[in-house]
Amino acid sequence: MIRLEKRKEPSKFWRIANPFLAVVLTMLAGGVMFAMLGKDPIVAIRLIFFDPIFSETFGSYSRPQLLIKSAPLILIAVGLAIGFKANVWNIGAEGQYIIGALFGAGVALAFFPAPGAHIFPLMVLAGALGGFLWAMIPAILKTRFNTNEILVSLLLVYVAERILAAMALGLMRNPDIAGFPGSRDLRRYEAAHNAELFAGTGIHWGVVAALIAVIFAYAMMTRHMLGFHIQLAGQAPRAARFGGVAPARLVVICLGIAGALAGLAGMFEVSGPGGQVRIEFASGYGFTAIIVAFLGRLNPFGIVLAGLLLGLTYIGGELGQMMLQLPGAAIQVFQGMLLFFLLALDFQTNYRLRLTKGVRA
Amino acid sequence: MKKLLTAAVLSAALATPVLADTTKVGFIYIGPVGDFGWTAGHDRARQELQDHFGDAVETNIVENVDYGADAERVMTQMALSGTDVIFAASFGYGPDVNAVAGRFPNVHFQHATGYIQEHDNISLYDARFYEGRAVLGHIAGKMTETNTIGYIASYPIPAVISGINSAYLHAKAVNPDVNFRIIWTYSWFDPALEADAAETLIEQGADVIMQHTDSTAAVRVAEDAGVMAFGQASDMVEFGPTAHLSAIVDRWAPYYISRIQAVKDGTWEAQNSWMGFADGVIEMAPWNDRIPAELQQEADALIAAIAAGEYHPFTGPLNRQDGTPWLADGEVAEDGDLASMNFYVEGITQELPN
Repeated sequence: MIRLEKRKEPSKFWRIANPFLAVVLTMLAGGVMFAMLGKDPIVAIRLIFFDPIFSETFGSYSRPQLLIKSAPLILIAVGLAIGFKANVWNIGAEGQYIIGALFGAGVALAFFPAPGAHIFPLMVLAGALGGFLWAMIPAILKTRFNTNEILVSLLLVYVAERILAAMALGLMRNPDIAGFPGSRDLRRYEAAHNAELFAGTGIHWGVVAALIAVIFAYAMMTRHMLGFHIQLAGQAPRAARFGGVAPARLVVICLGIAGALAGLAGMFEVSGPGGQVRIEFASGYGFTAIIVAFLGRLNPFGIVLAGLLLGLTYIGGELGQMMLQLPGAAIQVFQGMLLFFLLALDFQTNYRLRLTKGVRA
Repeated sequence: MKKLLTAAVLSAALATPVLADTTKVGFIYIGPVGDFGWTAGHDRARQELQDHFGDAVETNIVENVDYGADAERVMTQMALSGTDVIFAASFGYGPDVNAVAGRFPNVHFQHATGYIQEHDNISLYDARFYEGRAVLGHIAGKMTETNTIGYIASYPIPAVISGINSAYLHAKAVNPDVNFRIIWTYSWFDPALEADAAETLIEQGADVIMQHTDSTAAVRVAEDAGVMAFGQASDMVEFGPTAHLSAIVDRWAPYYISRIQAVKDGTWEAQNSWMGFADGVIEMAPWNDRIPAELQQEADALIAAIAAGEYHPFTGPLNRQDGTPWLADGEVAEDGDLASMNFYVEGITQELPN
């Protein structure tokens, strides 16, 4: 019979291997689903995972798009992962992303149409500040009044969405287009445009910022005392307190970093690929980044891979709809499978199955 | 062997022109094709287009495409894959359509309810929904017993605002005591939010629910609560057989077929089409039996008058909400004013969000 046995220590091998195995299982199960929908599973999987990168028709366009789609996910997820390691559960990165975008766009629109090399750096600072401030609300409420940061940060997303709508309809509305909500197109305002740094590569300042954030986060978590405190607080909160770690300070730092990075992501998006403040500007990056953080094992370099993988399924999923008439819902199920298999497989990081002979255990 | 080769070459030569005649048409939708409302309406037209041309067109869709970078990417990929015509079926794709159209001058863009036209390969098309709203308002004003009509609105854009105004004016004309309650969802398709909005409106005393959002949620809630509702963009009667009084049903197919025919004939040109009852682009879903026969006749007459051009839903004297005059006695609203409408008419008590 099969017996379940708890491992003495979590398996290092499975921790690393599980995400890869989850991808393989997703391909298999997804293939079965696509076959049941009457589509060629090989073609479908190829469209989703390979064509965005290797296709002659699309590759040169969708490779840069992959960076554009993944950069905000990675930037947000890196910040979230630091908090998650310390058991600080910031679920509201979407709201911090929105407020960062509004702060950044606000600076740009205040200067419009003046030229100036100082405008974009100011927008970057404003974006980070906006996300930081929005994250300070759950941080201070938690440290002062012991509220639950999961609820507060999540509910603040809806508040941020309403502020976004109010801005798109009112203060930041483009006065040149009668009757329609939405701000000016920042891509047409040179001083504020987060343009491609190298033509045709998709690399904009947000991609650069994501890379820098990944490296800094890695250095901090592995080399710096703060990183050690964060890990300690997450794994052994009591020991951390005895070791002189102030929990309130950690909450503020973790939420602050995550908020600032999410705010930056929003700012780079609104001034680049997104282009303008619109009511529906937020497209769920802040929530998808939570999946990216866990898929990447809360490790900055893992998050890069996870972000690229998720970006790939989005772009490939669109190709699958377009080229193979796959329903949009099937693509969403496919993306959901990825997380499902990962969580299911993570079971074997902590447990192992033992085959035993006979009934006697 | 030689014969075989010749045959192969011949069939290839014969096959090529057939392939070249296939017009590739892409559709991007803001919601799922299964919304039973707006997106379903466009997809219905796509299927009719496919049936009409058979193998001479190939249609592809991508659903649930957000405005902004996602839309731009999807349309670029469509253009790269050799798509000849792209239908972008929501107003918010405007900046994205224009960005992609500038890079692919040989691709024809058809933007539904669009408002930006910076390149000569972009056609805009829209329906005069306010004509249909006038009929809904007339029926609602007569059917309501609480004199309160609930309105679930999506985005405060001219098409939605003119719809509210038209419905209000025509309800008010037959029922001076009527009162509109409006809830904005800032979304086209969010069944949970639309259901919440419908429940709130019913709690506030509304016994007729109108919607300018795409899901069937409000019709279902109305059915459960025993009040009346109108569907949106498609006939939603199966989701509320008792509640569903009628719906403005979008019929884009004749227009889509004519545009693809124009591409095939080489006569396609950038246009800005605004079509109503007269063009058959909107029509009313069958009247519910609970609407009295007399009222059905009035509604039919109203449709006929609008279609014949004898009556315009915005005919003066009309004032803006703040009391300032808008249209003088007998004056008819100009299309430009309606296409940029950003105010409520007099009598609506709520404030327009902006």
